[in-house]
Amino acid sequence: MIELNPLIIFIAAIFTNNMIFSNFLGMCSYIAVSKEIPTSLGLGQAVTFVLACTSIINYFIYYYILVPLNLEFLRFIIFIISIAAFVQLLEMILERYIPNLYYALGIFLPLITVNCAILGVSLFMIIRNYTFFQSFAFSVGSGLGWTLAIVALAGIRQKIKINSVPKGLQGPGIALITTGLMALAFIGFSGIVQIQ
Amino acid sequence: MSNILIPTLVFSIMSAIFALLLTIADKTVNNYGEVKVTINEDKEYVVKGGSSLLSTLIEEKVFIPSACGGKGTCGYCKVKVKEGGGPVLATEMTHLTKEDLENNVRLSCQCKLKQDVKIEIPEDLFNVREYYAVVESITDLTDVIKMLRFKLPEDAEMNFKPGQYVQLKAPIYEGNDEEVYRAYSIASSPSMKGYIDLVIGYVPQGIATTYVHRHLKVGDEVSLNGPYGDFYYHDNDREMIMVATGTGVAPILSILNYMKEHDIKRKARFYFGAKTTKDLFMLDYFKELEETLYDFKFIPTLSRVSDDDDWDGERGRVNKAIDKLLQDGENKEAYLCGNAAMIESVVKSLTAKGVPEELIYYDKF
Repeated sequence: MIELNPLIIFIAAIFTNNMIFSNFLGMCSYIAVSKEIPTSLGLGQAVTFVLACTSIINYFIYYYILVPLNLEFLRFIIFIISIAAFVQLLEMILERYIPNLYYALGIFLPLITVNCAILGVSLFMIIRNYTFFQSFAFSVGSGLGWTLAIVALAGIRQKIKINSVPKGLQGPGIALITTGLMALAFIGFSGIVQIQ
Repeated sequence: MSNILIPTLVFSIMSAIFALLLTIADKTVNNYGEVKVTINEDKEYVVKGGSSLLSTLIEEKVFIPSACGGKGTCGYCKVKVKEGGGPVLATEMTHLTKEDLENNVRLSCQCKLKQDVKIEIPEDLFNVREYYAVVESITDLTDVIKMLRFKLPEDAEMNFKPGQYVQLKAPIYEGNDEEVYRAYSIASSPSMKGYIDLVIGYVPQGIATTYVHRHLKVGDEVSLNGPYGDFYYHDNDREMIMVATGTGVAPILSILNYMKEHDIKRKARFYFGAKTTKDLFMLDYFKELEETLYDFKFIPTLSRVSDDDDWDGERGRVNKAIDKLLQDGENKEAYLCGNAAMIESVVKSLTAKGVPEELIYYDKF
């Protein structure tokens, strides 16, 4: 187990080990829903919330069920179904009891079920042997980092929309190039902290 | 052995736990009890909440048109939700116009029933039923257009206005893996009880038209629902200008049959636009109608005839014929059915002659 302050992991997950810019995870909804700032902010919040919850659930499933039974290799498939089930459950609960939150975030939940950033965080915390608090800090940080990335891209895309883009690059093409440039810019943060 | 058994068992148990949790949640959290749906202030249905407005209404035999089956992609299932619909979802936004939003129009497939709702739908939709009809006969009208006669079930009767359409379900067949509904105008008159006629053209790659032209045989059973549509005969004494191309003849045929049966004394002109003589059909029948109807003239127009061809009808696109033959638009109304380009150009010609736009009824496809 590595001795890292959870706070350091939290900051690193936002800036230096950003899910989008250094791991390229969760790209599909990142490209698809980054057309406007309010919607991308909603999706980012939903991702952060689901990440925080699923990493806790998966942490307990892994260390209290799979490890004692020597079934670590089942983690991929178990994590996928636990994430899918949790998201479904969350959608139903939000819709029933917190309708306002449902209309703001809930409609994005089906998109998140298959978001690989969620699975990625759960797997990273296992691979890197994080403790419980480290895992939690890492998942919340990753979610915020993902939100930062998608909101920033949405802001840039709103500006791109009023400029003339070559026909073949319109839409996802220019979004991917922009993402690459943003990732280059984020290298600038890499001197702060490094976790791996 | 246990190397295989234990992982399988653990995986199954965990899946079962998640499934159980979801089932319990579905029964408790997702259970909205009984809700009341009030339609047009007078009809009330007490139904189980929790599913979409569209699927609940269809279960109650109120047929809202829908082509995509509730996926929120076709935008046909719009209804006016006056109370209890909740906020508009992002998934509906692409289909709703500004006017729709002001009038509380929603996509019924995206609107979940959670409380008592009050909705408004066109009264005609109560008339819509699903029919299992049997193909009675298939006639070739041209190389690519067939007329099909369907026999409705013994106890069924379809009350429609001449000009309205039904939806035909194309099932899964070889080369097609999804069920689709496509709209076809009824060509027969409403008074012909027990049967309806449809005129269906072949569209290359078309799912439903390929089914009809390549697979459907006499004696086969199909699923139809209807009638739908706000393109229908209006009863008054204005002169009628009817324009159709291709399978657009179907609703006009229904209107003409209706006029013949009820001995309606109205002046009527029918412009039938086609490319060549091969694309015209039922000419004898229309000629015969010139004799039997009160004051009817049939004007076939061909756009692709060369000067040497033996053709004594009108030449050029159908709007040219209207420009030439129509004197003025006073006290006239128009019924157009055909492709969008034809409708657009004919509407332009008619308004130029002074036919008011609100008296030009059309069905675009």
